[in-house]
Amino acid sequence: MNIIIIGCGKVGTTLAELLSAENHDIVLVDEKPQKLSAIPETLDALRVTGNGASINTLQEAGIKTADILIAVTGSDELNLLCCLIAKKAGKCHTIARVRNPIYNKEIDFIKEKLGISMIINPELTAATEISRLLRFPSAIKIDTFAKGRVELLKFRIRPEFKLNDMPLYEIGTKTDSNILICAVERGGEITIPGGNFVLKDNDVLSIVASPRDAARFFHNIGLKTNQVRNTLIVGGGKIGYYTAKLLLDMKIDVHIVENNLTRCEELTELLPEATIIHGDGTDKQLLLEEGLATAEAFVTLTNLDEENLLLSLFAKANSNAKLVSKVNKISFTDIINNLDIGSVIYPKYLTADYILQYVRAMSNSIGSNNVETLYQILDNRAEALEFAIHEKSAVTDVPLAQLKLKKNLLIGCINRHGRILIPKGQDSIQVGDTVIIVTTQKGLDDIQDILRK
Amino acid sequence: MNYSIILYVIGWVLNIQAALMVLPCITALIYGEKSGWAFVITMAVCLIIGLPLVIKKPKNRVFYLRESFISTALSWIVLSIFGALPFWISGHIPNPVDALFETVSGFTTTGASILKDVEALPYCLLMWRSFTHWIGGMGVLVFLLTLIPMTGGSHMNLMKAESPGPSVSRLVPKVRSTAKILYAIYIVLTLIQIVLLLIGGMPLFDSLTLSFGTAGTGGFGIKNDSIAGYSTYSQVIITIFMILCGINFNAYFLIIMKQFKQAFDIEEVKVYLGIILISTLIIAFNTQHLFHNFGQAFQQAAFQVGSIITTTGYATTDFNLWPGTSKVILVMLMFIGACAGSTGGGIKVSRFLIMSKTVGKELRLLLHPRSIKKIQIDGHPVEHEVVRSTNVFLIVYILIFAASVFLISFDNFDLTTTFTAVAATLNNIGPGLELVGPTGNFSEFSNFSKLVMIFDMLAGRLELFPLLLIFMPRTWKKF
Repeated sequence: MNIIIIGCGKVGTTLAELLSAENHDIVLVDEKPQKLSAIPETLDALRVTGNGASINTLQEAGIKTADILIAVTGSDELNLLCCLIAKKAGKCHTIARVRNPIYNKEIDFIKEKLGISMIINPELTAATEISRLLRFPSAIKIDTFAKGRVELLKFRIRPEFKLNDMPLYEIGTKTDSNILICAVERGGEITIPGGNFVLKDNDVLSIVASPRDAARFFHNIGLKTNQVRNTLIVGGGKIGYYTAKLLLDMKIDVHIVENNLTRCEELTELLPEATIIHGDGTDKQLLLEEGLATAEAFVTLTNLDEENLLLSLFAKANSNAKLVSKVNKISFTDIINNLDIGSVIYPKYLTADYILQYVRAMSNSIGSNNVETLYQILDNRAEALEFAIHEKSAVTDVPLAQLKLKKNLLIGCINRHGRILIPKGQDSIQVGDTVIIVTTQKGLDDIQDILRK
Repeated sequence: MNYSIILYVIGWVLNIQAALMVLPCITALIYGEKSGWAFVITMAVCLIIGLPLVIKKPKNRVFYLRESFISTALSWIVLSIFGALPFWISGHIPNPVDALFETVSGFTTTGASILKDVEALPYCLLMWRSFTHWIGGMGVLVFLLTLIPMTGGSHMNLMKAESPGPSVSRLVPKVRSTAKILYAIYIVLTLIQIVLLLIGGMPLFDSLTLSFGTAGTGGFGIKNDSIAGYSTYSQVIITIFMILCGINFNAYFLIIMKQFKQAFDIEEVKVYLGIILISTLIIAFNTQHLFHNFGQAFQQAAFQVGSIITTTGYATTDFNLWPGTSKVILVMLMFIGACAGSTGGGIKVSRFLIMSKTVGKELRLLLHPRSIKKIQIDGHPVEHEVVRSTNVFLIVYILIFAASVFLISFDNFDLTTTFTAVAATLNNIGPGLELVGPTGNFSEFSNFSKLVMIFDMLAGRLELFPLLLIFMPRTWKKF
């Protein structure tokens, strides 16, 4: 595919490297010629100097034949403008990075009204990843798709869960939770189960659920998620804020240590439930005083990578907390991995990964007009297809229970104006929704293909 | 320095050379010439050395700019040495230095010859001589790029090392696709010329060899009087195609992409065509008395101007006999050369464009010491690095030129001969003036002078730096 990347910062360059390795044709655009010439020639891409929101620059970059435009400059507004103009000048999909929390609340409005295919917020992405790390033990594998909004949780049924011989329709009531089992792996075979499917021990289940429902489900069946009950965060920046918010939603107690008094005051307004501590995160005494020794999780999110790593090393020696540290810039990944300091997250790779996943999904769906994206899930043995519902048809406004679906196919979730619904029998698909279909049947091309003929 | 990858590249170059020698072999078969065996032997030698080098891909695939410079320079030297073998093995050029001179002259698209009687050569050797022009015109490593997938980012570095001009640009995001497009344009231009020459009644062999020489802006003729014996129609066709092959190939790409306005708006091309027009008019007026009418003078002037500025080096008349002004203009054109990104040699119009704009900027700076100005070409600012490397290029160029003139002067020829011999080889043109003029040749020089000129030709084709790097001890250090 022809891909234009505007903005050659950390994320832009990482993306270009990853995408060019997958044999896409890349055009890099940046206003500063020095930035472009600093990128080594080992990156096989065309370089265009200019403002990405200028139609002349875009034409020089080949907007007419571009399939995707990715705007990752430092400015949210410029990114959005790039996408808007690209949309008018060509027929490409657009991806913008928008990191201002104010826009973030209105993200679905912006996406819908401006016709932008994907908006990515690196800080939110990083925060989601952190909260995921703190919520689940390693026994549960997490696969994300639909631009990172839907999580597929994969785990093996053990006898103590008491799920043996249970038909699926009973699961909801027995476990008192709202989850959807979208794939069962038994003896190497993948089945997309219907309501009468009976579970056995040792099956590997893949479920879709909201974080809260997932937690309740695991709790009720007796799978210990080791979800932490409290977290100490050092650094109250954007990632810190988003992480705290996600954790608080999960009823996890959060303490934030922040250096800047004004920011502390902002944070208390934004997060009334959290404990905000004004102080230097590198102060040993302060950390111990705030209960580092008894904390169940310790997350370091300051702006200095070295400080984050050092703090984690300190915490490792002084507590049993789950450790998460953020590394923005330094690239000595192998050495950091040798440090054995729990999880390290790299926001630039996370962002690039999400976009990459989307680009892959897009290039899978090339040649089909109706499939928005196509994700290969469960080691490529099943597909998750995303359809946008533009018009009324046989599948809309009918309760799902009454739809005669094909075998090995189910409706994984419905995205209604930015809210993810886990569909139940009485729900129905409506015009304006985006629907995700999980199936082992390949070659679906239209939402109506899900019905049995 | 990663030696294994350099050997790998050289291995491929040898294999490709063996493949390219199929053409003269076919020629030998058609004409039933015994010299064909010389090619078979050379092919065998190339493959015996080349195949073992490429069987195993090197483990260390690191390929930085310096590896590209060195492999480019070494590839060209290897190419020249093995390309010279058929001349020597067949016994038609018994002196190895002469054989090497002739081949280097071919690959570097110079067209300077040590042969007193070209017509005495068998057809297969004539074909190989002209074919080397065609191969060298676009570059061997660029060709290599389109054929074999090299490691990740090495493409652009190789292209930078081999392509003429102050800066290399991609046409499309992928370097490999860019190389393919360039070769496609090159092949199509050559084919059109072959067809047009055939229509004019030229024999197939002549039109093939002459088209190879034109497209690569080489200049080896297959007749002792170069092009003079052909019809006016053929001469006009060759004039047009010489000039076309001296144009920046980016222009053709833009035309293919239907961006006509931008294609005809490339400053370098406009200046290049302007120089050709003005020079032709001055020479036509200056030499009018030598011809029957102005039309003929214009045609001859256009041919000679086109031939010299594109650094082809074909001749239709002996311009040695032309008046002084015309000769001076031709010598000046030798230095200007063709456009960057074409198959021609010389200093290149774009470098002169950058330099003249820099001079203008410096002058303005004297008037307004605090003014800030970036020079622009085609509406884009020229980076400081490009300006700097252009200046360095010119200085190195002058130094090499002076040193070569000095070294050759020991042969004790007159100044014009010595001076133009170096100009003709360093700029990859072919004929100079006086003894090395269109009717003369380079056979009178000593072996030492020939070696100096072999160096000049290679340095001129590879734009000085790759070849000079070979002589830097630092280059060969591991660290």
